[in-house]
Amino acid sequence: MSRNDVLVTADWAQENLGAAGIVFVEVDEDASAYDGGHIEGAVKLDWKKDLQDPLRRDYIDKSAFEALLSSKGISNDDTVVLYGGNNNWFAAYAYWYFKIYGHQSVKLMDGGRKKWELDGRPLSKDTVERPATQYRAGEPDLSIRAFRDEVVAAIGTKNLVDVRSPDEFSGKILAPAHLPQEQSQRPGHVPSAINIPWSKAANEDGTFKSDEQLAALYAEQGFDDSKETIAYCRIGERSSHTWFVLQELLGKKNVKNYDGSWVEYGSLVGVPIEK
Amino acid sequence: MCAAPKQGNTTIDVGNQTVIQGQVWHDGAPVAGAYVRLLDSTDEFTAEVVTSPEGEFRFFAAPGQWKLRSLAQVGKGERVIDADTGLNETTVVID
Repeated sequence: MSRNDVLVTADWAQENLGAAGIVFVEVDEDASAYDGGHIEGAVKLDWKKDLQDPLRRDYIDKSAFEALLSSKGISNDDTVVLYGGNNNWFAAYAYWYFKIYGHQSVKLMDGGRKKWELDGRPLSKDTVERPATQYRAGEPDLSIRAFRDEVVAAIGTKNLVDVRSPDEFSGKILAPAHLPQEQSQRPGHVPSAINIPWSKAANEDGTFKSDEQLAALYAEQGFDDSKETIAYCRIGERSSHTWFVLQELLGKKNVKNYDGSWVEYGSLVGVPIEK
Repeated sequence: MCAAPKQGNTTIDVGNQTVIQGQVWHDGAPVAGAYVRLLDSTDEFTAEVVTSPEGEFRFFAAPGQWKLRSLAQVGKGERVIDADTGLNETTVVID
């Protein structure tokens, strides 16, 4: 696995618009972004409406994922190129999700919507219709997903990487600062976690830093290559960004994303917290 | 949810929140679709939003010093602000 297998540039994307066997997918939390203009031919996935179970706190199950991708006109053989807002946080979450369900060929577009917009590349408001498919998902690959008990057991033994901002890590704020500060969880972080904010892995235009810069970043911050790793944030989308960096770009082994993240951990009764 | 709520001129209940809001301007006009990031006192990323059609942005932070940095097709701008509990309004100018 190398950078070219998992990441495409905006130039590559623009050259491959409309190419057979390639489906561009915009993934946003704010779905109005897509409606205001998207990459030509791209279909939309709404992080909340499409990718979250409507009742329980969980991702959608295998049959729902199959129905979703079938309705979007995505085939098992297609190369899926994901991009989105928020510096690709939700696109990275969807990437992890496509891997959970075993999609063979999935890539992120480096820099996401931001890079595309800052470059002044064209956006379309045309409705995108793709003929429905018969998508078949694999059984969920839980080797890349961590649950709460694993996180508690990992204290002091695995790399616990808290990718939130330093102020969230220290408990000064409870959510990224574009959101009202909720008070449902206790502020702080999992004991023994190292704070390597997701943003340190990205350039200002949303593209990923070079492999050399990324390798140096994690080494400097005390990441131990001999240990297994769990990344977390608040709801699991920024930690998907870091999961992508660690496992897909840097090729580190045994990296899991804890999508329960601080919203779950900070609400658990009786677990240790550090501030 | 970690994504940006819709930025705009809607009324909000500030309550005990520390709200930092304002507009991005360039060449005598507000800039729509500009990226604005909020950096903490160590210059670390805290959040980022995209300005509304009226060039507006809004953050929910904590009392203290913050830096706003805007990135748009027309250029970059920066502004440091000392925020208190309540509403803190400012303008970021892109020269």
